[in-house]
Amino acid sequence: MIRTGGRGPWRIVAAGTALAVLAPIAALVVTAASGSEDLWRDLIAFVLPVAARNTLVLLTGVGLLTALLGTGAAWLVAAHEFPGRRVFDWALLLPLAVPTYIVAYVYLDVLHPVGPVQGVIRALIGVDSPRDFRLPDIRSMIGCILLLSAVLYPYVYLTTRAMFMMQSANLIDVARTLGHGRRRIFFRVALPLARPAIAVGISLVLLETLNDIGAAEFLGVRTLTVSVYTTWITRSNLPGAAQLALAMLCVVVCVMALERWARRRRRYANDAQHPRPLQRETLRGSRGVLAAVACGLPVFVGFIVPAWYLIDATIARVRFAGVPPSLLGEVLNTVMLSAVATLVAVAAALAVVYAVRTGPEFLPRLFLRIASLGYAVPGTVLAIGLLPIITGIEAAVDTVATALLGVSTGLFLLGSGAAVIYAYVARFLAISAGSIEAGFSRVSPSMDAAARTLGATVGRVLWQVHLPMLKPALATGALLVFVDCMKELPATLLLRPLGFETLATHLYGEAIRGTYEDAAIAALLIVLAGILPVVVLTRVGARAGPAREAEAADGISTLSG
Amino acid sequence: MFRKSFYLGSLAVAILATDVASAQEVNLYTTREPGLIQPLLDAFTEKTGIEVNSIFVRDGLAERVAAEGQRSPADVLMTVDFGRLIDLVEQGLTQPTESTVLNAAVPANLRGENGHWFALSMRARVVYADKDLDIDSITYEELADERWRNAFCIRSGQHPYNTAMIGAHLAHHGEAATEAWLSGLKANLGRAATGGDRDVARDIMGGLCEIGVGNSYYVGLMRSGRGGPDQERWGAAIKIILPTFEGGGTHVNISGAAVARYSPNHAEAVRLLEYLVSDAAQKLYAEANFEYPVKQGAPIDPIIAALGRLHVDGASLNDVARHRDTASQLVDRVGFDQ
Repeated sequence: MIRTGGRGPWRIVAAGTALAVLAPIAALVVTAASGSEDLWRDLIAFVLPVAARNTLVLLTGVGLLTALLGTGAAWLVAAHEFPGRRVFDWALLLPLAVPTYIVAYVYLDVLHPVGPVQGVIRALIGVDSPRDFRLPDIRSMIGCILLLSAVLYPYVYLTTRAMFMMQSANLIDVARTLGHGRRRIFFRVALPLARPAIAVGISLVLLETLNDIGAAEFLGVRTLTVSVYTTWITRSNLPGAAQLALAMLCVVVCVMALERWARRRRRYANDAQHPRPLQRETLRGSRGVLAAVACGLPVFVGFIVPAWYLIDATIARVRFAGVPPSLLGEVLNTVMLSAVATLVAVAAALAVVYAVRTGPEFLPRLFLRIASLGYAVPGTVLAIGLLPIITGIEAAVDTVATALLGVSTGLFLLGSGAAVIYAYVARFLAISAGSIEAGFSRVSPSMDAAARTLGATVGRVLWQVHLPMLKPALATGALLVFVDCMKELPATLLLRPLGFETLATHLYGEAIRGTYEDAAIAALLIVLAGILPVVVLTRVGARAGPAREAEAADGISTLSG
Repeated sequence: MFRKSFYLGSLAVAILATDVASAQEVNLYTTREPGLIQPLLDAFTEKTGIEVNSIFVRDGLAERVAAEGQRSPADVLMTVDFGRLIDLVEQGLTQPTESTVLNAAVPANLRGENGHWFALSMRARVVYADKDLDIDSITYEELADERWRNAFCIRSGQHPYNTAMIGAHLAHHGEAATEAWLSGLKANLGRAATGGDRDVARDIMGGLCEIGVGNSYYVGLMRSGRGGPDQERWGAAIKIILPTFEGGGTHVNISGAAVARYSPNHAEAVRLLEYLVSDAAQKLYAEANFEYPVKQGAPIDPIIAALGRLHVDGASLNDVARHRDTASQLVDRVGFDQ
């Protein structure tokens, strides 16, 4: 008989974590309620129709384009052999390392009428002045869709490729023996099977797109997120901004629900016990070249150009003025904050997911959903919601400490960086939870039962049975959280201690001053750090074959869950 | 368990930090880009021995100080737009400062009642034009003329620099005329209203527009070569006109500062403000940042002086600030940023 004791502590930690994530959102509700409805008349009349349409067009455009790029590249790489395929296999993931605000800036410069590309074109066609010939401006909806898609498609590629490699082999062989051609197999067998994976990838892309303020604002696309921001800043109307943000959050929750619905059939897919690698079809001659070009283009646009640009700018800056002396401290600050946040996020996520595993009832499941909610809240909004929570805790502790010990603790959270860590954990917990959930789903529950009948406590089962098997999932989740923390800007900017800079805040401070070359080093370091998880994902894949790779992809694919 | 030890650790750090903090220091919260203000702060520390701890917060400065409340370590609050400065005052986050030094240095119309705020530097909102254009004077109103159809560039209408300028138009001409003016500007846009002021110069060079609006100090930053060779080329591609309102002058905005309501280092805070309006600091503002000093008789950088004589518009800062909400609404109403 299995005792059910020992689950309590997990549930308490899970409840505490959910509460911690929910608190800033609750604070937003309070803020929103303190406002009036005056704002809405104007907003509904002049802002929301356009902002909603822009957001919809942007989401649709980015969604379609990333689906096309991601699925197409995944199918080429998974089911074909062509020159460079082994390199593209991992290189297609590289754009994941480039933050959207960086790609927007780089391309404005590269494609500007006075930039290098149009300069060369004018020289080739013999036109002197940009007044006589120039390409359409990148600062447009189409430009925004293209640039966001160029760095976000890897989410779709990652989830879909794993699906193609895992499930399709047997069914595709069957289809082939029935005499179907390659194209027909793709549309009739592989694509329908991969649909849940594509949906997962796209929903991640859409969440990232919704969260983006930097790129859209920079490219002059007024989305709902940008509207929230201007309502707060320009109108000094925080309650109004909170109302808008909450309305948006409802939309996001709907997107997430849709994604879960699309994923409901995954169990069937995951049950493949002995995945067999797909037999690759060799593409020869011009078809092979064409496939290489098709895979090379997104890597070129999404990674090579931005990386080359940043390296070039960094070299120019270092030649001109050397490495900024503050850089080392900023790197240390960034790594320290991100590392602690990653540890906390992974530990908390483990507790929340394990609470579900040991007692999959309504409450633990609810805790997991709530704990994952932070990923759907834009960073700026979350940070504003966090402020009253953090200072409230500080005030309470300070009052008690002063009364009992006669020591004032002051602003110990804001002053120590703990506030930033809180923000990171609340925002990115979903990523680690997704990874760990996926990892657990590959461990048969009968293992738990066996260990428990042998007398192991719930804690010991986790420690001795699960953790060794969860290592890849934990590593994937931790890396993704770490990189997202490094890139995070708005919450870091608002909640960091006095005189404390990270790579992202340094980058921002220089960028808005227009000293972009000074910002290039910080940007380059952020991109380099972003390559880490790509390398690890690839190595995990190379060592353990498609099954393990699919597991890693699964970790990412459940982020939004 | 992890969580507990983590908080205890932070607590220890915080207590440690308070112990170390007995040296003379002043804490500065600023919306000013750190690179622009740092030379001034370094000079202050060198002169007085007072350490400056600063935090650059772009958005949410008021929210953070308000949330910190009585425990806030903030001594001096500094912003680069008058609207944001007056927001701080209106939210009760500042305290009155009585200083003969400050009162003597800063003209009465550039400081708040009872010393709730002080302007430290001024910048003019000027016209950048293609250097080959045959004009040497223009009014803000004329920027909406059909002559500039698809040839006008400006950053987001919702940016504080622009809502202040639109606020000044409101102060001069009222709501209906301002809405018509904005519609004209919108129709003239050669590209989306986005980016920064320097992008206006670059876009004029790139042929996207012939004329645009930007702040005066960017001209100095570009033309001095301090922003690198690319920006120097942008600065050379434009000429600068100091525009005026019909029957008025050139719109200026300020960077300014206030002593925080619960400032723990009050004396040091006042000393920092006094230093920032000293001859030495005002000279630095002009030389390092290419701004107009607030102090009478302080020198102006040659690049800025060459732009011509500045006739400051008569609309008061308070009037402009009062109109900024309406300005923001009008920007939405004409779909300026869309």
